Amino acid sequence: MSIRRRDTLLFPDPPVIAAWAAVGGKKEGEGPLASAFDERIPDAGFAAEGCRSWEQAESLLQQRCIRRCLRKAGLRPQDVTLAFAGDLQAQCAASNYTLRALGVPFAGVYGACSTMAETLCLGAAFAAAGYSERTLAFTSSHFCAAERQFRTPLLYGGKRTPTAQWTATAAGACLLRPAGSAGVPVAAVTFGRVQDYAVRDINNMGAAMMPAAAATLLAHFGACGSGPEDYDAVITGDLGAVGSELLYTQLRREGCELANHLDCGCLLYDRDEQPVQAGGSGAGCSAAVLGAYILPQLQSGRWRRVLFVATGALMSRATILQGESIPGIAHAVELIAPKGEREG
Amino acid sequence: MKLDPKRYDRMVRLFSPPSRLGADCLWAFLVGGGICLLGEVLRCRYLRIAPAETAGALTSITLIGLAAAATLPGWYQKLAAHAGAGTLVPITGFSNSVASAAMEFKSEGWVTGAGAQIFSIAGPVITYGTLASWVWGVLYWVMNRGG
Amino acid sequence: MNYLWAFVVGGALCVAGQLLVDLTSLTPARILTGYVVAGVVLSATGLYGPLAELAGAGASVPLLGFGHLLAQGVQKAVAEQGLLGAFTGGLTAASGGIAASLVFGVLAALFGKSRDQS
Repeated sequence: MSIRRRDTLLFPDPPVIAAWAAVGGKKEGEGPLASAFDERIPDAGFAAEGCRSWEQAESLLQQRCIRRCLRKAGLRPQDVTLAFAGDLQAQCAASNYTLRALGVPFAGVYGACSTMAETLCLGAAFAAAGYSERTLAFTSSHFCAAERQFRTPLLYGGKRTPTAQWTATAAGACLLRPAGSAGVPVAAVTFGRVQDYAVRDINNMGAAMMPAAAATLLAHFGACGSGPEDYDAVITGDLGAVGSELLYTQLRREGCELANHLDCGCLLYDRDEQPVQAGGSGAGCSAAVLGAYILPQLQSGRWRRVLFVATGALMSRATILQGESIPGIAHAVELIAPKGEREG
Repeated sequence: MKLDPKRYDRMVRLFSPPSRLGADCLWAFLVGGGICLLGEVLRCRYLRIAPAETAGALTSITLIGLAAAATLPGWYQKLAAHAGAGTLVPITGFSNSVASAAMEFKSEGWVTGAGAQIFSIAGPVITYGTLASWVWGVLYWVMNRGG
Repeated sequence: MNYLWAFVVGGALCVAGQLLVDLTSLTPARILTGYVVAGVVLSATGLYGPLAELAGAGASVPLLGFGHLLAQGVQKAVAEQGLLGAFTGGLTAASGGIAASLVFGVLAALFGKSRDQS
């Protein structure tokens, strides 16, 4: 069972991430994590498979990722007892169509770019409580589907501002199992509270989401009696270069020096070589970095304790046009190395 | 948290890198000027065979056609990623916004997608341009009756 | 000389747009709408005519020129048809450009589709 301490759930018998997978599109496959993906998909439009829309393409991207994840776990789709999933499309359409193909119990989740952490939090809690034996948690984003929904047509000519972030074409999936199984244990999770400090600039998502990341980090540290120095790395979802700098400044003000911080938005792309402005974003960004980089480091024992905090911006196109500010959210997942690796 | 919206606004301004004004303006000047120069070359050609008004219209139509053609393989978008307002402000940007919307939204159908959304970006320009010209027309009519 | 003025004036009008993009929080859609309305006003006040004389396409190709075209069209139509011209003049003058963008836009959609930028 688990212990609730403020906004945090602590798992004395930690459920585990038994298997995982990450897939990326062309640009992601040219970035620093290229060789770490389970699959690189140069044609993320899936033209060869007769796909005719970016929305369906994103669903196919998810399905590729899940297929990889289940194969690594040695499971068939029908062995999955529950799926938590979501994406950036309206009504989480990509996930809905993926689950139409999978045919397993499904609870749709919307957390914008925080969805990977959110589904992990839920999956871990369900696994720890004994509600679900083999839980699938996954999310994705697709540059083209996001662009046409939130911004402009893909072939429309526009210049990006330096604070803008690039929506990743990527997906990540994790299979959670109760304590006792092999895998990377989830020691604790914190569900974030919505934070809004009146950022209205849709081209500066890192700034909009930073307060949420800071608040969740402080909440998690407080509940666990830990600080940044207790972790091998504190990894935020997709604050990008601007949001990361803001986070250091804010946490310093709170009396917390963040020296071992990484950001998925800065890990997924090489910002010097790839024109992604302030870094990557999108739900698939942190999901893919989790599967391609973070979990392998824990599995190998190179890292022993890591805090993964995915951040999301919870606005809609309509609310932004109506002049509303951008609410942010962040959920934290504390991951530790498997037992055998922890001592070594 | 030790944070309030006012203070955060200052922080965000401080940490957000500004646009590279010099480079942006140079690109806009060269590309925007270049498109207008192309327009002038076309206009002078058309002036040899047609009166001024017709030549002007033919120039616009040619530029609009060229921009739609450049939108097709993604060239216009690639150029605009550097040129900014240099490709936005000329009539070619108007054409790009129409062509890209039609191409993007045809997946939702020719009528309900491409047909309905073709002016999703260029629409406001037509709406408020027409409105402003109507206001001027009424004023002009009143002025001339008085005179 | 005509070519030089077309290049310089056209380029300068684009730079003005770029300054608005970089230095204000105005979105491109607002800037373009502002340009067209400003074109109508400048034309109505008689300021745009001389610039168009000097720069040719340098003044007519930027969206300010679209506003100028609308204003001139409406003026001409009002002179010929009275108040009715306020309704018909603008779009009549702009009809070539609008119809061309529609025709070429739909043609582009017939022959091509949206593609990934990466």
